[in-house]
Amino acid sequence: MKRKSRQQLGVLCLSGLAAGLFASGLALAQDREPSQEEMWGIIQQQQREIEELKARQSATDEKVEATADRIEEVTVKEPAGGMVEGWWNKTSIGGYGEMHYNGGDQDQIDFHRFVLFFGHQFTDRIRFFSELEVEHSLVGESKPGEVELEQAYLEFSLTDRIQSKVGLFLLPVGILNETHEPPTFFGVERNIVETNIIPTTWWEGGVGAHADLGAGFSTDVAVHSGLNVATTGSSAFLPRGGRQKVANAVAEDPALTGRMKWTRIPGVELAVTAQYQDDLTQGQDVDAVLLETHASIRRGPWWLRALYARWELGGDLPKAVGRDEQYGWYVEPGYVFGTAKGDVGVFARYSQVDNTAGDTTDSKIKQTDVGLNYWPHPQVVLKADYQFLDVPAGQIGDDRINLGVGFMF
Amino acid sequence: MQLAALALAIVSSPGLGAEVYLAPEKLLAESFGASPPKPSILWIAGDTRDAVERILGHSAGALRVRYWSQEGRTAWILEEIGKTEPITTGIVVDKGAIARISVLVYRESRGWEVRYAFFTDQFKGATLTALRELDRNIDGISGATLSVRALTRLARVALLLDAEVRKAKTSR
Repeated sequence: MKRKSRQQLGVLCLSGLAAGLFASGLALAQDREPSQEEMWGIIQQQQREIEELKARQSATDEKVEATADRIEEVTVKEPAGGMVEGWWNKTSIGGYGEMHYNGGDQDQIDFHRFVLFFGHQFTDRIRFFSELEVEHSLVGESKPGEVELEQAYLEFSLTDRIQSKVGLFLLPVGILNETHEPPTFFGVERNIVETNIIPTTWWEGGVGAHADLGAGFSTDVAVHSGLNVATTGSSAFLPRGGRQKVANAVAEDPALTGRMKWTRIPGVELAVTAQYQDDLTQGQDVDAVLLETHASIRRGPWWLRALYARWELGGDLPKAVGRDEQYGWYVEPGYVFGTAKGDVGVFARYSQVDNTAGDTTDSKIKQTDVGLNYWPHPQVVLKADYQFLDVPAGQIGDDRINLGVGFMF
Repeated sequence: MQLAALALAIVSSPGLGAEVYLAPEKLLAESFGASPPKPSILWIAGDTRDAVERILGHSAGALRVRYWSQEGRTAWILEEIGKTEPITTGIVVDKGAIARISVLVYRESRGWEVRYAFFTDQFKGATLTALRELDRNIDGISGATLSVRALTRLARVALLLDAEVRKAKTSR
């Protein structure tokens, strides 16, 4: 019995759960051997102590969980201190920018675009998106830059498959018009087809809707303000010069744009867009149709973009200057591979554009680009390319190197 | 990434519904059968927190994450911002490999294609390499680059956390 009592005492010593009681037990043991009743008393007291410690531990756990709850509420949801629910909880900002160096005859450096994005979620179904852009860095009288409202629209989720929008928004046409953040495309400068045929970046004011049709199909339709092209001079009937940018824009003749897109296979986008405008000149009865189709494929390391766009202008005025037909196309293969310091991509692009295809004179511009992108971070890109420009007789070509840096966040 | 509890609160908010593609309860029922396990809590601390933040490229935000675990399978509801809005995502990991990834709530203006099986099926069977990358390439969606990257990061985080849970069980 004595041996058993000593063993129990030894086990209790090792447990270390009740130091005070333990000390008294030891003291007792030093004076004399405890009786069975005394040992039972010690064990019961220790058991009570253990239960109490367990309860304290549970309470502490609850306090820690509650503290963590509150910290997360404050740091994640309420950065201002958690006292009020403010606009900052539902407002987001982002942006992108790009600076270019153009060699050759151009020989200039330009912070081409700096864009700030602001969005706000009014409710789960009503959202606001906007982009404010500074082009060419410096704005003012006789200065090269512009401040432009590139997007500002409200979007309403009508169902889980249909959204509508109203305001100033980017038109659903081409590859770059809606997605043109610098890290998302090859080449320092945007391709000449989505510059001179599709006047990217192209926004209009109006209403639109997006519908997810299932099986990878989706459609966008929009009724919006139209272009207002010049009817005389070197820029006559050129779409790029006709953008009114929703700035006190003439709205006599709106336009209708529709797009069908297929994205059933990851990395593959096939789309076709049509636009009709009753009067491209807002007064001279020049109806116009734009047709565009493209493929954008990124499968594994392989990259391929191809796009064709064509304008048909009605009436006699465009025909008289050969601009009743305008078209362009490009094909752009590329290859992207990873390195320990980020991704690297190489590409080549061949483009043709003819804004005066309605007559018999040679007015076709051909451009070949080769170059590379280096992404030290997925949202940061350094670019270099060389362009070979083949222009019609009488025009001046400019073969040159282009360097660029861009970012998005 | 924010707490599953936050995700649950968001998706159960009155008035919402348009962008809730799959309720968390349904995800759990489909993943664990009629009687899903009770949620457990994993603290995001120490080396785990460092690893999560390296994958996300920013602070993890949450101190803990809720998960469901049964017979070698774990389910996670995580959030990460695509372009500007959080995407609420359910990820089921079975014995260290992605069994399922489902977008529960999508709030971005574009890139809705990421919620479809033809995109998310690419993650099935994916595991984490020694460098904590996915063992396979995920083809993106044109115009939804940031949303695709967000889902890929969440898949990596879920695999990492699943490994932590399994490691903790083994060491018990």
